[in-house]
Amino acid sequence: MNSSVIIFPGSNCDRDMDVALKKFGFKNEMVWHDDEQLPKSDLIVLPGGFSYGDYLRCGSIAGKSKIIKSVIDFAKKGGLVLGICNGFQILTETGLLPGVLQQNKNIEFICKNVFVKVNNKNNKYFNSIDKDVLELHIAHNEGNYFCSGDELKMLEDNNLIAISYCNKKGEVNENSNPNGALQNIAGIFNKEKNILGMMPHPERMIDKFLSGEDGSIFFTNLLNNLK
Amino acid sequence: MKIKVIVTLKNGVLDPQGKAIQQTLNGMGFSSVNEVRQGKFFEVDVNEKDEAKAKIKVEDMCKKLLANLVIENFEIL
Repeated sequence: MNSSVIIFPGSNCDRDMDVALKKFGFKNEMVWHDDEQLPKSDLIVLPGGFSYGDYLRCGSIAGKSKIIKSVIDFAKKGGLVLGICNGFQILTETGLLPGVLQQNKNIEFICKNVFVKVNNKNNKYFNSIDKDVLELHIAHNEGNYFCSGDELKMLEDNNLIAISYCNKKGEVNENSNPNGALQNIAGIFNKEKNILGMMPHPERMIDKFLSGEDGSIFFTNLLNNLK
Repeated sequence: MKIKVIVTLKNGVLDPQGKAIQQTLNGMGFSSVNEVRQGKFFEVDVNEKDEAKAKIKVEDMCKKLLANLVIENFEIL
Protein backbone atom coordinates (compact mmCIF):
# COMPACT_ATOMS: atom_id res chain seq x y z
CA MET A 1 0.00 0.00 0.00
CA ASN A 2 1.22 3.48 -0.89
CA SER A 3 1.00 6.44 1.44
CA SER A 4 2.05 10.08 1.17
CA VAL A 5 2.89 12.48 3.98
CA ILE A 6 2.57 16.19 3.15
CA ILE A 7 5.30 18.43 4.56
CA PHE A 8 4.42 22.05 5.29
CA PRO A 9 6.92 24.64 6.55
CA GLY A 10 6.72 24.05 10.31
CA SER A 11 5.49 20.45 10.20
CA ASN A 12 7.42 18.51 12.82
CA CYS A 13 5.75 15.09 13.04
CA ASP A 14 6.23 14.30 9.35
CA ARG A 15 9.32 12.14 9.88
CA ASP A 16 7.79 10.28 12.83
CA MET A 17 4.81 9.52 10.61
CA ASP A 18 7.13 8.36 7.80
CA VAL A 19 8.91 6.00 10.23
CA ALA A 20 5.59 4.66 11.56
CA LEU A 21 4.04 4.07 8.13
CA LYS A 22 7.14 2.27 6.84
CA LYS A 23 7.47 0.21 10.02
CA PHE A 24 4.04 -1.31 9.43
CA GLY A 25 4.48 -1.90 5.72
CA PHE A 26 3.36 1.19 3.84
CA LYS A 27 5.49 2.37 0.93
CA ASN A 28 5.63 6.01 1.93
CA GLU A 29 6.61 9.14 0.04
CA MET A 30 7.12 12.62 1.40
CA VAL A 31 5.39 15.40 -0.56
CA TRP A 32 6.31 19.09 -0.37
CA HIS A 33 3.41 21.53 0.12
CA ASP A 34 4.41 23.55 -2.94
CA ASP A 35 3.96 20.57 -5.26
CA GLU A 36 0.70 20.37 -7.14
CA GLN A 37 0.40 16.66 -7.82
CA LEU A 38 0.17 13.77 -5.43
CA PRO A 39 1.99 10.50 -6.07
CA LYS A 40 -0.28 7.48 -6.47
CA SER A 41 -1.49 6.90 -2.92
CA ASP A 42 -3.93 4.79 -0.93
CA LEU A 43 -3.56 7.09 2.06
CA ILE A 44 -2.63 10.77 2.43
CA VAL A 45 -1.44 11.97 5.84
CA LEU A 46 -1.41 15.58 6.99
CA PRO A 47 1.07 15.43 9.88
CA GLY A 48 1.30 17.28 13.17
CA GLY A 49 3.37 20.35 13.84
CA PHE A 50 3.02 24.09 13.55
CA SER A 51 2.53 24.74 9.85
CA TYR A 52 3.38 28.34 8.98
CA GLY A 53 4.07 29.01 12.65
CA ASP A 54 0.35 28.73 13.44
CA TYR A 55 0.03 32.25 11.96
CA LEU A 56 -3.48 33.71 11.65
CA ARG A 57 -5.18 30.50 12.92
CA CYS A 58 -3.71 27.01 13.26
CA GLY A 59 -3.83 25.29 9.88
CA SER A 60 -5.36 28.27 8.04
CA ILE A 61 -2.39 29.07 5.79
CA ALA A 62 -1.58 25.41 5.10
CA GLY A 63 -5.23 25.01 4.15
CA LYS A 64 -4.58 27.33 1.18
CA SER A 65 -1.28 25.78 0.03
CA LYS A 66 -0.79 24.48 -3.51
CA ILE A 67 -0.95 20.76 -2.72
CA ILE A 68 -4.24 21.10 -0.81
CA LYS A 69 -6.30 21.31 -4.02
CA SER A 70 -5.06 17.83 -4.96
CA VAL A 71 -5.72 16.58 -1.41
CA ILE A 72 -9.30 17.89 -1.59
CA ASP A 73 -9.82 16.24 -5.01
CA PHE A 74 -8.37 12.98 -3.68
CA ALA A 75 -10.64 13.11 -0.61
CA LYS A 76 -13.75 13.95 -2.64
CA LYS A 77 -13.12 10.90 -4.80
CA GLY A 78 -13.16 8.76 -1.65
CA GLY A 79 -9.40 8.57 -0.99
CA LEU A 80 -8.31 8.11 2.62
CA VAL A 81 -7.05 11.31 4.23
CA LEU A 82 -5.76 11.21 7.81
CA GLY A 83 -5.01 14.44 9.64
CA ILE A 84 -3.16 14.25 12.93
CA CYS A 85 -3.09 17.23 15.33
CA ASN A 86 -2.11 20.17 13.06
CA GLY A 87 -3.36 17.96 10.21
CA PHE A 88 -6.78 17.87 11.90
CA GLN A 89 -6.69 21.66 12.20
CA ILE A 90 -5.85 21.90 8.47
CA LEU A 91 -8.78 19.60 7.60
CA THR A 92 -11.22 21.84 9.46
CA GLU A 93 -9.75 24.99 7.88
CA THR A 94 -10.17 23.54 4.39
CA GLY A 95 -13.78 22.65 5.18
CA LEU A 96 -13.22 18.92 4.61
CA LEU A 97 -14.29 18.41 8.23
CA PRO A 98 -16.76 20.58 10.16
CA GLY A 99 -15.92 22.70 13.19
CA VAL A 100 -12.71 24.23 14.47
CA LEU A 101 -9.92 23.50 16.98
CA GLN A 102 -9.78 26.33 19.48
CA GLN A 103 -7.24 27.13 22.15
CA ASN A 104 -7.28 24.69 25.08
CA LYS A 105 -9.69 25.75 27.78
CA ASN A 106 -6.96 26.05 30.43
CA ILE A 107 -4.68 28.13 28.12
CA GLU A 108 -1.89 25.59 28.54
CA PHE A 109 0.05 23.52 26.04
CA ILE A 110 -0.85 19.93 26.92
CA CYS A 111 1.66 17.16 26.35
CA LYS A 112 0.70 13.79 27.85
CA ASN A 113 -0.73 10.36 27.23
CA VAL A 114 -4.50 10.09 27.10
CA PHE A 115 -7.05 7.37 26.57
CA VAL A 116 -9.54 7.54 23.73
CA LYS A 117 -12.65 5.48 23.14
CA VAL A 118 -13.21 4.19 19.61
CA ASN A 119 -16.86 5.00 18.86
CA ASN A 120 -17.27 3.73 15.33
CA LYS A 121 -15.54 0.72 13.79
CA ASN A 122 -17.54 0.74 10.57
CA ASN A 123 -14.75 2.36 8.55
CA LYS A 124 -11.30 1.70 7.08
CA TYR A 125 -9.48 3.19 10.06
CA PHE A 126 -10.92 1.16 12.92
CA ASN A 127 -12.63 -1.84 11.32
CA SER A 128 -11.61 -5.05 13.16
CA ILE A 129 -9.47 -3.22 15.73
CA ASP A 130 -9.48 -5.47 18.77
CA LYS A 131 -9.44 -2.69 21.39
CA ASP A 132 -12.19 -0.25 22.36
CA VAL A 133 -9.88 2.06 24.30
CA LEU A 134 -6.51 3.21 22.97
CA GLU A 135 -3.73 4.93 24.87
CA LEU A 136 -2.28 7.64 22.63
CA HIS A 137 -0.24 10.82 23.04
CA ILE A 138 -1.44 14.40 22.71
CA ALA A 139 0.72 17.52 22.36
CA HIS A 140 -1.19 20.66 21.46
CA ASN A 141 -2.22 24.16 22.40
CA GLU A 142 -5.31 24.27 20.17
CA GLY A 143 -7.18 20.98 20.53
CA ASN A 144 -10.43 22.23 21.98
CA TYR A 145 -12.91 21.02 19.36
CA PHE A 146 -15.90 23.27 18.77
CA CYS A 147 -18.72 23.29 16.23
CA SER A 148 -22.24 24.64 15.90
CA GLY A 149 -25.21 22.86 17.46
CA ASP A 150 -26.42 21.76 14.01
CA GLU A 151 -22.99 20.36 13.13
CA LEU A 152 -22.77 18.50 16.44
CA LYS A 153 -26.20 16.98 15.83
CA MET A 154 -25.09 15.95 12.33
CA LEU A 155 -21.94 14.33 13.79
CA GLU A 156 -23.92 12.48 16.47
CA ASP A 157 -26.79 11.41 14.21
CA ASN A 158 -24.35 9.92 11.68
CA ASN A 159 -22.00 8.41 14.30
CA LEU A 160 -19.11 10.52 13.03
CA ILE A 161 -17.40 11.17 16.36
CA ALA A 162 -14.54 8.76 15.71
CA ILE A 163 -12.82 8.89 19.09
CA SER A 164 -13.58 10.56 22.42
CA TYR A 165 -11.28 11.33 25.35
CA CYS A 166 -12.01 8.87 28.16
CA ASN A 167 -10.39 7.31 31.21
CA LYS A 168 -8.61 3.97 31.29
CA LYS A 169 -11.93 2.16 31.72
CA GLY A 170 -13.40 3.84 28.66
CA GLU A 171 -15.67 6.20 30.59
CA VAL A 172 -16.19 9.48 28.76
CA ASN A 173 -16.61 12.26 31.32
CA GLU A 174 -15.48 15.77 32.21
CA ASN A 175 -12.48 14.52 34.19
CA SER A 176 -11.13 12.73 31.15
CA ASN A 177 -11.45 15.82 28.93
CA PRO A 178 -7.97 17.35 28.69
CA ASN A 179 -8.70 20.48 26.66
CA GLY A 180 -12.37 21.43 26.93
CA ALA A 181 -13.37 19.81 23.64
CA LEU A 182 -17.08 19.66 22.96
CA GLN A 183 -18.44 16.23 24.04
CA ASN A 184 -14.82 15.08 24.67
CA ILE A 185 -14.30 14.94 20.90
CA ALA A 186 -10.75 13.83 20.04
CA GLY A 187 -11.38 12.93 16.40
CA ILE A 188 -14.12 13.03 13.77
CA PHE A 189 -14.95 11.59 10.36
CA ASN A 190 -16.56 13.17 7.33
CA LYS A 191 -19.90 11.63 6.29
CA GLU A 192 -18.28 9.04 4.02
CA LYS A 193 -15.72 8.19 6.74
CA ASN A 194 -12.77 8.34 4.35
CA ILE A 195 -11.44 11.46 6.10
CA LEU A 196 -10.34 11.22 9.73
CA GLY A 197 -9.05 14.13 11.76
CA MET A 198 -7.75 13.46 15.27
CA MET A 199 -5.69 15.32 17.85
CA PRO A 200 -3.85 12.30 19.37
CA HIS A 201 -0.66 11.04 17.73
CA PRO A 202 -0.68 7.29 16.95
CA GLU A 203 2.79 7.64 15.37
CA ARG A 204 4.22 8.36 18.84
CA MET A 205 3.02 5.04 20.25
CA ILE A 206 4.76 2.47 18.09
CA ASP A 207 7.48 1.15 20.39
CA LYS A 208 6.70 -0.84 23.49
CA PHE A 209 9.97 0.17 25.17
CA LEU A 210 9.81 3.90 24.40
CA SER A 211 6.12 4.68 24.56
CA GLY A 212 3.41 2.13 23.99
CA GLU A 213 1.95 -0.03 21.32
CA ASP A 214 -1.55 1.26 20.73
CA GLY A 215 -0.28 3.26 17.76
CA SER A 216 1.14 0.00 16.36
CA ILE A 217 -2.31 -1.54 16.69
CA PHE A 218 -3.82 1.42 14.82
CA PHE A 219 -1.38 1.27 11.89
CA THR A 220 -1.36 -2.53 11.58
CA ASN A 221 -5.13 -2.57 11.55
CA LEU A 222 -5.35 0.28 9.02
CA LEU A 223 -2.95 -1.49 6.65
CA ASN A 224 -4.93 -4.76 6.94
CA ASN A 225 -8.15 -2.89 6.15
CA LEU A 226 -6.61 -1.45 2.99
CA LYS A 227 -5.29 -4.75 1.63
CA MET B 1 -5.97 52.03 -0.40
CA LYS B 2 -5.78 50.69 3.11
CA ILE B 3 -8.82 48.85 4.38
CA LYS B 4 -9.14 48.05 8.07
CA VAL B 5 -10.78 44.91 9.34
CA ILE B 6 -11.66 43.74 12.83
CA VAL B 7 -12.22 40.03 13.47
CA THR B 8 -13.96 39.07 16.70
CA LEU B 9 -15.16 35.83 18.25
CA LYS B 10 -18.88 35.23 17.96
CA ASN B 11 -21.01 35.55 21.07
CA GLY B 12 -20.98 32.39 23.12
CA VAL B 13 -17.63 31.17 21.78
CA LEU B 14 -15.17 30.52 24.59
CA ASP B 15 -12.32 33.06 24.70
CA PRO B 16 -9.77 31.79 27.25
CA GLN B 17 -7.29 34.58 26.52
CA GLY B 18 -9.96 37.24 26.99
CA LYS B 19 -10.91 35.55 30.27
CA ALA B 20 -7.30 35.58 31.48
CA ILE B 21 -6.96 39.27 30.58
CA GLN B 22 -10.18 40.06 32.42
CA GLN B 23 -9.01 38.21 35.54
CA THR B 24 -5.65 39.99 35.41
CA LEU B 25 -7.34 43.38 35.11
CA ASN B 26 -9.57 42.50 38.07
CA GLY B 27 -6.49 41.44 40.02
CA MET B 28 -4.78 44.76 39.21
CA GLY B 29 -7.64 46.60 40.83
CA PHE B 30 -9.79 47.28 37.77
CA SER B 31 -12.69 45.71 39.58
CA SER B 32 -15.31 47.19 37.25
CA VAL B 33 -14.22 44.97 34.32
CA ASN B 34 -16.93 42.38 33.70
CA GLU B 35 -15.62 40.76 30.56
CA VAL B 36 -12.85 41.06 27.93
CA ARG B 37 -13.13 39.63 24.43
CA GLN B 38 -9.93 39.49 22.40
CA GLY B 39 -9.97 39.92 18.62
CA LYS B 40 -7.72 40.66 15.64
CA PHE B 41 -7.08 43.80 13.62
CA PHE B 42 -5.89 43.78 9.99
CA GLU B 43 -4.84 46.62 7.72
CA VAL B 44 -4.99 45.40 4.12
CA ASP B 45 -3.37 47.59 1.47
CA VAL B 46 -5.33 46.93 -1.72
CA ASN B 47 -4.22 48.12 -5.13
CA GLU B 48 -7.57 49.78 -5.85
CA LYS B 49 -8.66 53.43 -5.94
CA ASP B 50 -12.39 52.92 -5.55
CA GLU B 51 -13.21 52.37 -1.86
CA ALA B 52 -16.38 50.39 -2.51
CA LYS B 53 -14.56 48.01 -4.87
CA ALA B 54 -11.67 47.63 -2.41
CA LYS B 55 -14.10 46.75 0.35
CA ILE B 56 -15.81 44.13 -1.78
CA LYS B 57 -12.42 42.49 -2.37
CA VAL B 58 -11.54 42.60 1.32
CA GLU B 59 -14.92 41.13 2.23
CA ASP B 60 -14.12 38.17 -0.02
CA MET B 61 -10.71 37.85 1.67
CA CYS B 62 -12.38 37.86 5.09
CA LYS B 63 -14.75 35.06 4.10
CA LYS B 64 -12.02 32.94 2.55
CA LEU B 65 -9.08 33.49 4.88
CA LEU B 66 -8.99 36.30 7.42
CA ALA B 67 -11.91 35.02 9.50
CA ASN B 68 -13.13 31.53 10.31
CA LEU B 69 -16.87 31.99 10.09
CA VAL B 70 -17.51 28.97 12.31
CA ILE B 71 -16.41 30.98 15.34
CA GLU B 72 -15.60 34.51 14.16
CA ASN B 73 -17.34 37.60 12.81
CA PHE B 74 -15.62 40.29 10.77
CA GLU B 75 -16.26 43.98 10.40
CA ILE B 76 -14.79 46.15 7.65
CA LEU B 77 -14.25 49.64 9.06
